[in-house]
Amino acid sequence: MSDQSTHPTEHAPLHPSYGTVVAVWIALVVLTGCLVLLSHFGLRAAVWGLLTITPLKAGLVFYFFMHLRYEDPLLKGVILVAIVTLLIFLVLLFSDVAFA
Amino acid sequence: MSTESQAAHVHRDDFGAKLGMWLFLVTEINLFGGLFVAYSYMRHKYPADFHHGGAELNATLGVTNTIVLLTSSLTVVLAIMAIQEGRRAASRAYLAATIGLGLTFLVIKTFEWSAKFHHGLYPSAPHLATLPHGEQIFFGLYFTMTGLHGLHVLIGISVLTVMARMIGSGKISQDKNVTLENGGLYWHLVDVIWIFLLPLFYLAA
Amino acid sequence: MSTQQHTTAEPNYLEYDGKHNGLLGWLLSTDHKRVAILYLVSMVTFFFAGVSAGFVMRLVQLTPFHKMITAQTYNALFTFHGVVMIFLFVIPGLNAVFGNFVLPIILGAKDVQFPRLNLASWYFFIGGALIAVIALFTGNGPPDTGWSFYAPFSLKTGTNVTLGVFAAFILGFSSMLTGINFVTTIHRLRAPGMTFFKMPLFPWAVYATSWMQILATPVLAVTLLLVILERLFGIGIFDPAKGGDPVLYQHMFWIYSHPAVYIMILPAMGAISEILPTFAQRTIFGYKAIAFSSIAIAGFGSLVWAHHMFTSGMSDFGNMIFSLLTMVVAVPSAIKVFNWVATLYKGSINFQPPLLYALSFIFLFCIGGMTGVWQGALALDIHLHDTYFIVGHFHYVMFGGTGFAFFAALVYWFPKMFGRMYSNTAMYVAWFPMFIGFNMLYFTMLILGMQGMPRRYYAHLPQYHLAHVVATVGSWIMISGLLIFFGSLLHAVFRGKKAGSNPWHAVTLEWSVPSPPPVENFDEVPTVTHEPYHFAKEAGS
Repeated sequence: MSDQSTHPTEHAPLHPSYGTVVAVWIALVVLTGCLVLLSHFGLRAAVWGLLTITPLKAGLVFYFFMHLRYEDPLLKGVILVAIVTLLIFLVLLFSDVAFA
Repeated sequence: MSTESQAAHVHRDDFGAKLGMWLFLVTEINLFGGLFVAYSYMRHKYPADFHHGGAELNATLGVTNTIVLLTSSLTVVLAIMAIQEGRRAASRAYLAATIGLGLTFLVIKTFEWSAKFHHGLYPSAPHLATLPHGEQIFFGLYFTMTGLHGLHVLIGISVLTVMARMIGSGKISQDKNVTLENGGLYWHLVDVIWIFLLPLFYLAA
Repeated sequence: MSTQQHTTAEPNYLEYDGKHNGLLGWLLSTDHKRVAILYLVSMVTFFFAGVSAGFVMRLVQLTPFHKMITAQTYNALFTFHGVVMIFLFVIPGLNAVFGNFVLPIILGAKDVQFPRLNLASWYFFIGGALIAVIALFTGNGPPDTGWSFYAPFSLKTGTNVTLGVFAAFILGFSSMLTGINFVTTIHRLRAPGMTFFKMPLFPWAVYATSWMQILATPVLAVTLLLVILERLFGIGIFDPAKGGDPVLYQHMFWIYSHPAVYIMILPAMGAISEILPTFAQRTIFGYKAIAFSSIAIAGFGSLVWAHHMFTSGMSDFGNMIFSLLTMVVAVPSAIKVFNWVATLYKGSINFQPPLLYALSFIFLFCIGGMTGVWQGALALDIHLHDTYFIVGHFHYVMFGGTGFAFFAALVYWFPKMFGRMYSNTAMYVAWFPMFIGFNMLYFTMLILGMQGMPRRYYAHLPQYHLAHVVATVGSWIMISGLLIFFGSLLHAVFRGKKAGSNPWHAVTLEWSVPSPPPVENFDEVPTVTHEPYHFAKEAGS
């Protein structure tokens, strides 16, 4: 694990610029628009939108707004563990439900 | 400088504080994760009814609230950036904007909920009981998940209010701002959860 | 925290007077050692409350005509017994007591990362316990659902389930916050030089446990919340009358509660991994295998939840997957057992009470673990499900495993915690009735279960009576052992001989500080250069 070598006081943490955060916000709003648009093309499109655009939006918030891009790998690992756990819960649950 | 001297003597470990916060966010993610598991289970069981249930919701309000929360996420980022540049007044102004947007979200939510109550679409309502099983479950999940999310918005507003005061009293400052960063992380997570709730409920039709 | 310099004879944490004195000095102290003692005292109290309920249930089975109590009271009793033992004793278990006391010192730290949060966790714990007690005496009688609160019964019963469930919800916060605290502590507060692979095995186990607390507890929290909402507003998610599905409840409940089993057992395994090298005076066999098996148990342990549901009407495919994964999770547990036994081989055995209790743990845990594998087999489980076999099995794991490891850890770290030594004789005398009574009680249950005796019945058919009598007598023998054990430890807290700083000649960091440890643990932060179990006596190795 790499946390021992990382001391935040040693090097000032990097920050996104004002331009970046505003651009991310615009992207989020546009993606929301896409999602709404897709939902008008029937259920299938809506589900695909749900499965692709929504995680993308969440990823943008995590990566830029929540600073994950600029953080220690340990923090990225923490969030990865949570997401992988949830996915495994879902997959295993559907090993029952989908074959019922 | 070793980890040890930093944490035990100076009693300040910004990275440790952030790590703790992220771990807390993991518990929040899995808290809602449990509900997402329940949602997927039920949607798989009643696909058509969820479709009809989604049609009852007001997508315009849902999308408006999404924009409101996304914007509030932006303002909280700006508040953190401002304090890191030492601009206290600007930071407080951005926080005030965030809190205002949070309250707007709750007001819209209240209208939405009261409309549902008005139409008899709430748990244990006589009208809801006449609808197909899947729609009853849809509204059960809708109220549970948006309700729990609303509660988190309320908590987030309180937390950010306290932090705006802490900026005023100097407890949060240019070189001591990890508390505000953590508060911001919480607020963003509330936003992320809403990002998922929008298509799960409002755009399910 | 105090910045005073204690140049001469630093006061130990038991004597130290901080901002507050007396009882408040304990209730408001953020010192990890005092918080650990708070947990120890409260948990042992709850343990004996749970034991009393168990004692009464055994008495009921002794009298075949059941004039003693009603069936409803029996239901309330096993619910009380389960909730208290699971949520107030084994889940906080070794993590709360020894994780708090030992973890910072064994890492070379002065406290946990978030001391105030640590104290707050204890208040959540006590708050949840109080709500559970209130639930017993208010509303329409104590909850009667069993500790698992299965829907739809938990939604429909008139007893005070809402409050009881809320108590478990609050206790979940205690568990999550402790987990967050310990993971952060292990990442941030290890002594200089202590890399992850120079870390002793108890912190490894605590680390894996804490991750499970963080990942799994929220799922239980939200499941219990759904039960509460269901009872208050009728949201319908678990209610078949409204289209809900009780099987979903079982899934969500066990997504947490199976990992919870490993939350209970992992720190116990960690403590055993500390005790064995000390009393064999040699390094642990297969350090990395034990360390990684902790992580593997945490990982696979999260994937086997539905083996509690083989009779619930899951799909065949789901049954098959979960049966397979259940077999797999036995592997890392077995790896640990083999390594422990290999550690003893050719060691210089120093036979002391902690080793006796640790060996009992290994024996009893093996029986518990292997009966668990039986139940993982799909066909056999249909026969064994919901019988006394299950009751016997999980008492072997939870009590024979976690319980005996708790006793082993307690007698191992007791001299460090209180600076005093108990009577070895008393510990051996207590062990005989405890061990013999335990096996009389629970091995009999395994047999009863195979013969078909269902669990949670307050009456039984005549053909089971003899075995029930044996089990009940066993419970008396075991409880007498428990009383001797805790009685003599309590005596030793006040009257025991002074213990030196390192009575067992152990080599981990907690034995390098005085007993009881000073308030800030270390005058000088130690630097770690060796592997964790580096015994000087082991010449040439």
